[in-house]
Amino acid sequence: MALDSKTEFKYIGTRPDRPDGMDKVTGKARYGADAYAPGMLHGAVVRSPHAHAKIVKIDASKALAMKGVKAVVTRADFATDLEGEDWDLLENTIAGEKTLYDGHAVAAVAATSALIAKDAAKLVEVEYEILPCVTDVDAAMADGAPVIRDGAADHSVPEGLHPNVVRYTEFGRGDVEAGFAAADLVVERDFKTEAVHQGYIEPHACLANLGADGKGELWCCTQGHWFVRRMCTALLGLETTQLRVTASEIGGGFGGKTTVFIDPIALALSRAAGKPVKLVMSRSEVLKASGPTSSASMNVKMGMTKDGKLTAATAVFRMQGGAFPGAPMDMTTMLAFSCYDLDNVHHEGFDVMTNRPKQAAYRAPGAPMGAFAVESVMDELCQGLGLDPIDARLTNAVKEGTKSSFGPRYKAVGLIETLEAAKAHPHYSAPLAENTGRGIASGYWMNWGGETSTSLAIGEDGTVQVGVGTPDIGGSRASMALMAAETLGIPYENVRVDVVDTASLGVNEPSHGSRATYASGLAVIESAREAITKLSKRAADKWGIDAEAVEWRDGAAHPSGPNAGDFTPLSIADIAGEMGSTGGPITGHHDASPTGFGGSFGTHIVDVHVDPDTGKSTVVRYTVVQDAGKAIHPSYVEGQFQGGAAQGIGWALNEEYIYDDDGRLQNDVFLDYRIPVASDLPMIDTVIVEVPNPGHPYGVRGVGETGITPPLPAVACAISHAIGHRMTRLPISPPRVLRAIQGKGIS
Amino acid sequence: MTQVHVTTTVNGDEVEFLADPRETLLDCLRDKVGMTGAKEGCGTGDCGACSVTLDGRLVCSCLVLGVEAEGKDIGTIEGMADGDDLHPLQAKFIEYAALQCGICTPGILVATEALLKKSPDPSEEEVRYWLAGNLCRCTGYDKIIRAVLDTARDLREGV
Ligand code: FES
Ligand code: FES
Repeated sequence: MALDSKTEFKYIGTRPDRPDGMDKVTGKARYGADAYAPGMLHGAVVRSPHAHAKIVKIDASKALAMKGVKAVVTRADFATDLEGEDWDLLENTIAGEKTLYDGHAVAAVAATSALIAKDAAKLVEVEYEILPCVTDVDAAMADGAPVIRDGAADHSVPEGLHPNVVRYTEFGRGDVEAGFAAADLVVERDFKTEAVHQGYIEPHACLANLGADGKGELWCCTQGHWFVRRMCTALLGLETTQLRVTASEIGGGFGGKTTVFIDPIALALSRAAGKPVKLVMSRSEVLKASGPTSSASMNVKMGMTKDGKLTAATAVFRMQGGAFPGAPMDMTTMLAFSCYDLDNVHHEGFDVMTNRPKQAAYRAPGAPMGAFAVESVMDELCQGLGLDPIDARLTNAVKEGTKSSFGPRYKAVGLIETLEAAKAHPHYSAPLAENTGRGIASGYWMNWGGETSTSLAIGEDGTVQVGVGTPDIGGSRASMALMAAETLGIPYENVRVDVVDTASLGVNEPSHGSRATYASGLAVIESAREAITKLSKRAADKWGIDAEAVEWRDGAAHPSGPNAGDFTPLSIADIAGEMGSTGGPITGHHDASPTGFGGSFGTHIVDVHVDPDTGKSTVVRYTVVQDAGKAIHPSYVEGQFQGGAAQGIGWALNEEYIYDDDGRLQNDVFLDYRIPVASDLPMIDTVIVEVPNPGHPYGVRGVGETGITPPLPAVACAISHAIGHRMTRLPISPPRVLRAIQGKGIS
Repeated sequence: MTQVHVTTTVNGDEVEFLADPRETLLDCLRDKVGMTGAKEGCGTGDCGACSVTLDGRLVCSCLVLGVEAEGKDIGTIEGMADGDDLHPLQAKFIEYAALQCGICTPGILVATEALLKKSPDPSEEEVRYWLAGNLCRCTGYDKIIRAVLDTARDLREGV
């Protein structure tokens, strides 16, 4: 693929109104729960009140006898021949022999109204035999801990570890002992982070219609409807393409809507009842039984010389991912030291099962925990050696050609540029008020390409429709339209972008991995280029010249020079108006799994005020500096930076899953699981750094995920400086701060 | 349970529906009246996605019963624009990219319209506290707060 890059832009880098703006400010946009179908039933799920229990018996006779109840499904209504990840997915969707966490689905009911379905769900009698449970990662690895599932460990786990340790990784290079011996200061600390939820405001919702003939339709809020199609058809024993999935508008995902929870259940209910079934999660169900992130117990040790050079680094990450394998220890280990040029480095990772819901991706999955530990130690080294934290980072920063801590050499990356921009920002040199500390931290996400298929078609009037398969979570229709307009040389307003259903394109991975603007954007550009080739050919045919003698610019075909002939340029509208008689419809299409994605580094500065009497921490100033490669629509790039920072602040200061000894979630409503609200935050300043990604025609890097990585350590370091105690455990809640101030420890 | 006949006014139009006495106003608006602009983010009064006005007062419609709407005047996001003319807040939200996923947007717009009616010249702090019951997980609130403050300024200056 020729990736001739472009640096001068007409539309890219401008801030037009998003194409879906009108629908979204008027309440017309249709999200997951906004769909209705004739004859529709409503579903409700029966969930386990126990964290770990054997299912002895399920008796649905009373529920089925209730007026208006049309179907009840249990595990028996799903595929029976699954293994590996598909089996895990089914087991998480609906329990088999055991329930594995508080809120685990056991059965489901479809009825003529939501109220009847809820009442009927209460009448499904489930007999349980309660088993001992464990929810803490360290406790789950300890001798004598209840075993979640024997035989779940893979070959990577060394002998002698608890059966709850299901995967293990270990890698590094150099001689870390020699490295530590060469250091002037070595700091080693233990850290702990709690599980948090993505906290999307829209609960999972779907409308399913599946016939006895194995053909179906599903409407749902998802980051990736082809993933939903594959998962649902596997769990229901259907042929993949017989299910058409349409992605609704999506009310936030952050990684949590890249898998399925209720969609297969709604399809099973629909198949059993012979009618469409709508199923919507309550907030409590979302918190208990969707996919929060992993919690982590960590140890990091780093050595530094007095002039700021890192000599060695080691890290151990123990991460629980709920009652299934899959905690993101791979990403945590890979990315922990991704900012630094290290000769001696070693990583160890443990994937540990507990009686909690199966973790799902959450914005830069696995990276924020590692960054919290590593950047906190980095900060303590700088403090101990009297070094400026940005200068010390610049001394060790990776750049193009540096061998990363996880192996490959970096292509062009922008860490140094973000550090220099942070240093030059007035925030960095602003004076600090009393009881206020400043934290600095950097972070990285490597981004992703993934399977991508897009199409573009020219309308009879020369306007353009684009179909993509990556749901628009934060303005990506605008980015796609800008890239199409730029490539074709036509006004932004002349491009319509739709997120189309699974029957309309080849397989598309979800909008995840910070890939949508990169990969779908690249495919839109290539689709437009294909259309330009066809448009140019029509002009060449009309003029009776070679297609090579036609040049496309400013939305029109021109003869490429005096030798090509003297013809009046033909605009896209001129050519489109005649296309029916000159060869038929003109389209462009592109399918690829692009690999030229470029990672994004960021550096954050935060000032936190701590009230010494109450222990309450308040973020008073925040600045995000991040490399976007090329910002297609800068407002939405800034939005990603700001949103990532806000989520990271929540993770650092007050969000956490709280389980009691019985393994029951104690804070399953927004009042108790408190995400940052408007009055908790200051304005969040942003600086967009642009170090173009050579793997994208216009230089785009994904920007969605990096922003949640630096806030955890940045906020923790700011508080540590404000109170004079190193905070190594999240969330840094007021009681924890008070205990630290009073010298009573922090746990 | 026996359904109750409710007659009410939504965005100036008379509307009738049958409500189970347990059903919330939010459910009735969405499932019976066919207005899905108000969203359910929590159902417990914590997120503000379901914000509507009831006789001019800002409420979480998930905390009001459908039967309580009898004889009342309800305002929803669907009634905020004047035909094709967006309310200045709606236009400013688009211009400032004050929405990402947009699920919180109807509730935030209804809430801020109520704020500006009451307080045409709010401080940043006032806007932040007024909106403390409207959760947004995508934006970090920055662009929302700026859009509200600048709309208030435009309205005061008659722009
Ligand atoms: S749905 Fe009413 S406040 Fe959240
Ligand atoms: S824009 Fe997504 S929750 Fe506010």
